[in-house]
Amino acid sequence: MAGERDALTGEPLERRAIISGAAQSDVGRRLYRTGIDLTVEAALGAIEDAGLTAADIDGVSTYPGFGGSFGGAMGAELHEALRLSLNWRSAGVETAGPLGAVHNAILAVAAGLARHVLVFRTVFEGSGGPLRPGGRGGGGGGMAGSAGPFQFMIPYGAASAACWVACYARRHMHDYGTTRTQLGAIAVNGRANAAANPKAIYTEPMTIDDYLAVRMVSEPLCLYDCDVPCDGSTAVVVSHRDYAPDAPAAAVGINAMGTAIRGRPSWDQFDDLTSMMMHHTAASMWERTELTVADVDAAQLYDGFSWLTLAWIEAMGFCGKGESGPFIEGGANIAPDGPVPLNTSGGQLSAGRLHGYGHLHEAVMQLRGTANIGVPGCEVVAVGAGGGPETGCLLLTKGPS
Amino acid sequence: MSAGNPPRFVLASPESEFYWRSGADGRLRIQRCGDCRRWIHPPGPACPFCHSRRIGPEPVAGTGTVATFTINRKEWIPGFTPPYVFAFVELDEDPTVRIGTNIVGCDIDEVEIGMRVEVLFEESGEWHVPLFRPIAAEAA
Ligand SMILES: [Zn+2]
Repeated sequence: MAGERDALTGEPLERRAIISGAAQSDVGRRLYRTGIDLTVEAALGAIEDAGLTAADIDGVSTYPGFGGSFGGAMGAELHEALRLSLNWRSAGVETAGPLGAVHNAILAVAAGLARHVLVFRTVFEGSGGPLRPGGRGGGGGGMAGSAGPFQFMIPYGAASAACWVACYARRHMHDYGTTRTQLGAIAVNGRANAAANPKAIYTEPMTIDDYLAVRMVSEPLCLYDCDVPCDGSTAVVVSHRDYAPDAPAAAVGINAMGTAIRGRPSWDQFDDLTSMMMHHTAASMWERTELTVADVDAAQLYDGFSWLTLAWIEAMGFCGKGESGPFIEGGANIAPDGPVPLNTSGGQLSAGRLHGYGHLHEAVMQLRGTANIGVPGCEVVAVGAGGGPETGCLLLTKGPS
Repeated sequence: MSAGNPPRFVLASPESEFYWRSGADGRLRIQRCGDCRRWIHPPGPACPFCHSRRIGPEPVAGTGTVATFTINRKEWIPGFTPPYVFAFVELDEDPTVRIGTNIVGCDIDEVEIGMRVEVLFEESGEWHVPLFRPIAAEAA
């Protein structure tokens, strides 16, 4: 193992933290509620779930930390709305993807800056606007209306992350023979699992033939390869592991986290057009643990676009580089009773674009044994969120790691 | 993109302004380091390889290869009438110089990875937007 260690125990510092509480607000296509309203619902739920009161919360962490349709709500808004008294607060978009807010909370707890950090991610994209020039950018904001890196794609009508991800998907198909029928297994698996999730947006059955027949968006990606914008907030409480015996629900341990961004921080200039930054991010997670991919009982891997899940599957090592197409074909390997149960609450394609936090919430439920579709004996879950240059991951365990 | 030119929304930075003006004389230019001589794209304030500040635009042949592409079927931006091809082209001088562009001058179904292409420019206000077309199309 590499990376920083506790000088006395030799453990990675993230193991000082646990997830003690988790909750979601109502989730819907268009709820016409404000971002802070949804955030308060999720936050109060998570605090109660953790067996705490608002007075116990001494830290707040969120991604990305601004309002609007992409940002949802600011950390300061929650701070004020609940009149919290904080020792530490953090928000930002330049993290290892959306889970960066969880990474930051873990570090704050491990450093002793806070004992119970409320982490939230609120999306408000169903009621907000779609991608457009001058609007918010995919996965980080500031896409257009600035002379930044997107100035080389906007003039060509590549205004959505769908266009950029489609280019990687096509090259993956070209180099490795991946087919649309194989790719479709991600959407079909998600839809089947969403049927058991009462908060999922789309629950009607979908077959691979339905997938192949739907309209194309940005070839080779079709409508069902793109997640569905929604309104909703997810909150978790990251606590010191000392609290685990007092927490009413089974604590979820942080075994390792992956944060590396070793390649070019770019949607269009990453050196390998068949992978993305998660290739490095997942590798950095495995460098921090004695566990291996064979120990993982379930995977919650980002599906903002279906091809991103293929990239995560390969990056995590569930199959070899370029082998994700045959690995997922037909869906048996990723079904709830398969060797790698994937996106067991429906993922973002069917359950809504909660920006990786739906995946995180589901991981907690699996490890507690309270998921709608439970994976028997689930003790280790890998969570990966984000795409392009904005990726981060967590390896979570049943009980403190 | 058949009915008139789309709105290009070029928003140049001080570092990139040359790129969007280069086509005025029919030539594509890419930033290059005066010391280590490597090509740099997107253009920046210093050479990312040797950190030299002695950098500037230099003409390239304007030929390259389609590394990958997408056919857009959705109207992401009003005026960009689908279908149209967005592609990454790798330049002959250095394949790590990867340029986002539209492929024009052929049927969209003819575009494929590995296709040889060459630059042409579309005037859009004060800018000359680099586009690419199949090299064979010019000979035809
Ligand atoms: Zn140099």
